[in-house]
Amino acid sequence: MRIGDAKQSYEADEAIWTSHTQKLWFGLFLLILLLFPFMADSYLLYLGCLVGIAVISTTGLNILTGFTGLISLGQAGFMGVGAYTVAWLSLNTGLPFPVTLVLAGLMAAAVGILVGLPSLRVKGLYLAIATLAASVFLHFIFAEWESVTGGMGGLSLEPAHLFGWSFQSDFMMYFIIVPLAVLMVFAARNVFRTRIGRAFIAIRDRDISAEILGIDLLHYKLMSFALSSFYAGVAGGLFAYFFRVVTPESFPLSMSIFYLAAVIVGGMGNLLGGILGAAFMTLVPEALKLITAALTPFYPDAPVFMSPMLEIIFGALIVGFLIFEPHGLAEIWHRIRRFFRLWPFRN
Amino acid sequence: MRRVRVPVYPAPRVPGGKVSILEISNLSLSFGGVKALQDVSFRVPENTVTTIIGPNGAGKTSLFNCISGFYKPQQGTISYEGQVLSSGIKPPRRAALGLARTFQNIALFRGMTVLDNIKLGAHVHMKSGLLSALAYFGPARREEMSVRKDVEQRIIDFLEIDHIRRQPVASLSYGLQKRVELARALAMQPKVLMLDEPVAGMNREEKEDMARFILDIREEWGITVLMVEHDMGMVMDISDHIAVLNFGQVITEGLPSDVQKNPEVIRAYLGNSDIDSLRRKLNPEEEAA
Repeated sequence: MRIGDAKQSYEADEAIWTSHTQKLWFGLFLLILLLFPFMADSYLLYLGCLVGIAVISTTGLNILTGFTGLISLGQAGFMGVGAYTVAWLSLNTGLPFPVTLVLAGLMAAAVGILVGLPSLRVKGLYLAIATLAASVFLHFIFAEWESVTGGMGGLSLEPAHLFGWSFQSDFMMYFIIVPLAVLMVFAARNVFRTRIGRAFIAIRDRDISAEILGIDLLHYKLMSFALSSFYAGVAGGLFAYFFRVVTPESFPLSMSIFYLAAVIVGGMGNLLGGILGAAFMTLVPEALKLITAALTPFYPDAPVFMSPMLEIIFGALIVGFLIFEPHGLAEIWHRIRRFFRLWPFRN
Repeated sequence: MRRVRVPVYPAPRVPGGKVSILEISNLSLSFGGVKALQDVSFRVPENTVTTIIGPNGAGKTSLFNCISGFYKPQQGTISYEGQVLSSGIKPPRRAALGLARTFQNIALFRGMTVLDNIKLGAHVHMKSGLLSALAYFGPARREEMSVRKDVEQRIIDFLEIDHIRRQPVASLSYGLQKRVELARALAMQPKVLMLDEPVAGMNREEKEDMARFILDIREEWGITVLMVEHDMGMVMDISDHIAVLNFGQVITEGLPSDVQKNPEVIRAYLGNSDIDSLRRKLNPEEEAA
């Protein structure tokens, strides 16, 4: 049981980690993240990078949908904007990756602000449809603006580089993607310690009274769109550096739904939930494939049965989570923490 | 930031002599054919508790919404500190000017703790931008800390809600939720505090607490209170000035004792009947005297 939670200053009370135990566990977690690429095989490393990219994008969508209450189906489109920005910049300018990634984020943020403009008037499903229209429109631009995007064939790009280093392998990319993901999740956490994060949540909970309390709705809704698409743009840029080819088909509508599902399964309005949701959505299909492979020696027909079943099982898992854990994976985590905090007592 | 408690002797109970901080002139508001407000005029003298009373549907909350800038009246003006609030001044700007309010159906943000709800009230007086918020470094951090300190020492302490500051608002009792809403409005550093039915649905003790807070807010903090309330006992006890609204029109305004005796008011509340017998029912002491 955890006791002795006395604080001397407001600063200490509002810190992200309020106890040594938390700091210790988090340090351990960072250590594992650092050592992971040295232990993992290429397949796990590939998955690690994918999860990192998904965490960034899901965190972005969580800011918009989970915290500000604006449903968006445009996340894949914003990632596409980021990816094409990085691809175009690396082909035409040769700028190092920190610059291209920031520009990708800013470009996506600008597009996000445009797409967010209807959000003052339309809410809920209507906004989802408006953002859906935007993502279809973006897809059209990716496919048709051949002089910039390379049309349906897309663009291939050089590996990310900085100070003469070239980040060719997944191993190298891991050291860009994961630190950036950690940094960006922390930045999002910081936003929700300030007036801006409170304004977002207020808009989600009661927009009319938020306005009467002094929150300019359009300003903060657009800010949320901009911030969310900045995250998507950076994730898209990393996606481009990771796969080194960007085509219009890299960012289908199903990807937007994938991220929305990650936010919901993880826990809306919970940053930890976004991380868990991103990991769940990325890893479970892979785990199902591994299970299929493991079954094959015993049931030679397993792949025949399982491959069409994978999608169904995956969907059923999501539905199951929504029914049994409507607050998402984050709630399971909180329950575990509560248990250990009170241990050896119960409740 | 704590103010020293100075004993305040009953101010001259004639609000007519004071400066009005808020003045409503000939305000009319209609939704299609429904006339919510018709030619409403009254004034809110500075540093008073002014109450608007009237039967259900008389237009009291509509009037609040006009003052907040949420409804745009078709006619008439609202002057605040001598300046006309045109309809171009949007609700957030009005909040920044010092018009704060609470809501009839509690409008707390359920996804936040009590502390965050109160801090949200200080939003208009904070400046930190997105970049410093992302880094939580320098100005943003200092500003958050000073708001936290102010909220803790000036408001949470005053309203006696320190034991619940960490709780999510959804878990609180009705009376406490109302108190948190008041705290949030106080964090807006208002000059005029509009309270929409502050004691509705409360038990006697909670009502007494709330009445004490309202009086202290006026006396110690110098904030003008504009209140809509149905609890006549409390209204008559703590108001300095009362305006009576019925079917969108102001019937009368004045001191509580005058309003109480006004036959129009009695008729509005109790229907058209033998006025004298009703008056005797309302004021049993008078009959005994």
